[in-house]
Amino acid sequence: MDSALILEWVIKSAILIFVLLTGFAYLTLFERRALARIQVRIGPNRAGPFGLLQPVADGLKLIFKEELTPAEADKVLFTLAPVVTVVPALILAAVIPWGRDVTLFGRQVSLSVADLNVGVLYIMAVSSIAVYGIVLAGWSSNNKYALLGGLRSSAQMISYELALGLAFVPAILLADSMRMVDIVEAQHPWWFVVIQPVGTAIFLIATLAEVNRAPFDMPEAEQELTAGYHTEYSGMKFALFFMAEYAKMIVISSIAATLFFGGYLGPGVDRYPWLGPLYLFIKIVILLFGMIWLRATFPRIRYDRLMAFGWKVLLPLALAVTFITALGIVLEMLWLIPVLSLAAGLFTVAMVHRALRRKAYARA
Amino acid sequence: MTNLVLFLVLAVVAVVTALGMLLSRNAVYAALFLVLNFATVAVFYILLEAPFIAMTQVTVYAGAIMVLFLFVIMLLGAERLPGTEPLPWQRPLAIFLALVLAVEAGYLLFARRAAGGMFASAAPDFGSPQAIGTMLFNRYLLPFEVTSVLLLVAMVGAIVLTKKEKGGRE
Amino acid sequence: MVDAWLYIGLFLLVGIVIPGMAIMISWLVAPRKPNPVKQSPYECGVETVGESRVQFKAQYYIFTLVFLVFDVETVFLFPWAVALGKLPLFVALEGIVFILILVAGLVYAWRKGMLEWV
Repeated sequence: MDSALILEWVIKSAILIFVLLTGFAYLTLFERRALARIQVRIGPNRAGPFGLLQPVADGLKLIFKEELTPAEADKVLFTLAPVVTVVPALILAAVIPWGRDVTLFGRQVSLSVADLNVGVLYIMAVSSIAVYGIVLAGWSSNNKYALLGGLRSSAQMISYELALGLAFVPAILLADSMRMVDIVEAQHPWWFVVIQPVGTAIFLIATLAEVNRAPFDMPEAEQELTAGYHTEYSGMKFALFFMAEYAKMIVISSIAATLFFGGYLGPGVDRYPWLGPLYLFIKIVILLFGMIWLRATFPRIRYDRLMAFGWKVLLPLALAVTFITALGIVLEMLWLIPVLSLAAGLFTVAMVHRALRRKAYARA
Repeated sequence: MTNLVLFLVLAVVAVVTALGMLLSRNAVYAALFLVLNFATVAVFYILLEAPFIAMTQVTVYAGAIMVLFLFVIMLLGAERLPGTEPLPWQRPLAIFLALVLAVEAGYLLFARRAAGGMFASAAPDFGSPQAIGTMLFNRYLLPFEVTSVLLLVAMVGAIVLTKKEKGGRE
Repeated sequence: MVDAWLYIGLFLLVGIVIPGMAIMISWLVAPRKPNPVKQSPYECGVETVGESRVQFKAQYYIFTLVFLVFDVETVFLFPWAVALGKLPLFVALEGIVFILILVAGLVYAWRKGMLEWV
């Protein structure tokens, strides 16, 4: 381990953190502008050209805000909870490969920063830790709404974590490896979204629930829980929760892009490895826009329906998809995988439709 | 050298978190110290070049079992631990067992050192997911299947127990 | 291999320092004028009744218990998924048997009404 390597690491970490932080800041602006467009409004456009300075203004405002701590709150955990929430969101980003190796200043620079041989398991482990920040925030606030919001949120996260974990399995099966780079390279002619469309859909739905985004934004159900686990938070600590949510959106979109949408692959990447990060960036932006679009379109689902959907629809479907993928690989008939899994997906949709119709009639 | 320094730092963290777990009067803090302790153990596994076990440790113990613990603590409202010990015979028994463990560990350490060579050095792909997968499904196939039955029994047991409680309340 | 982990350790450190610094900075510059009304819990203007850390329903606990079982199962499926291509056919079937046994568990929980959020 030489000093040049350490310097390389420091530079890479700095770039990655910088990208995540500015990405978080501008994602908030992007979301507000996009939501405004969808709702036929204009959105923030006063601070700077096109409102580009809005995130800076928001950040400055939040720094100078007074932070309130409820009198009977557990002070230590109340301060620790936002930090614990932010850390998993940031360190998840370390395993995402941005591209193939490039030569820079006569030095072979690897654009996959931490290329772990258990990359996918690392993602699973870190996202399973993410529950703590929310539970602690809810518990330490000494507020009933916060406690209920935190508990609901954590129960929701662990329920959808199962579907998320099982959605990783088809990607591992198809790539024969848990290494992120291997998974990207295995998608060379066909992205995994083509081979396993239903697995991809499960992954995307489960990630929405993992980051507590609409229509699964139960913990923040304003009408019933004021603001859920971060009711009592203000100033910078509130900003940290906000940051965790948006950083997690970015990271989880990049994981989805890497596992199912070919990661840094795209036309011309073999010739010009520098295109890799660009392709990854484009894919991430498209996925993020999808998340925002969903928020603008769907109402929040009721909590019992949300749990039922996770346990009775997503989990069995994820098990079926794993089964089908393994079957297709063992029989060496890859075309079987999309056909059978789409059939399973359609069957599930039909069953849900029937159950909902029956319920609607029963109520009338 | 780096490994030795890392090990020493981590060993101190592990001991401190374990003590913190034992000495906290608040059950939520005790549970959180235990989470930190599990995380430290996971780092030990990484130092031993067993990243798969490390990640499993974090996912299952820190990510699932301790969440369950926290839920139970919060569910019962049992944050404040009672000052008195409910089981008076527990302390002498624990001290005795700890002594047995210490003697055993010391004996192994010295006996093995006398015999020369504590550990065989690991093969290059030792602990890689591929190696674990192949081992698990060749040599340890039966334990693996038994595990699945065990998990099934655990789930059925949990369901039966909670069902009964519900019936009693109604 | 350990190198990559060292990098993650470094990143973890940075990830802790950044939010820590943010809290420090705002602690230094933000005003602090606490008073009892500000410090009371926000419950829509109504004064808090009783203990805030209420006991909640056992359902949370049951779901976590079932989650634990399936979490362990998922972790076991990962090495199976990695090694599937290099293993003989009957081993692949063993993995499928493993999945089916746990599906039986899920069906049992479902039939017993454990997955209902009442």
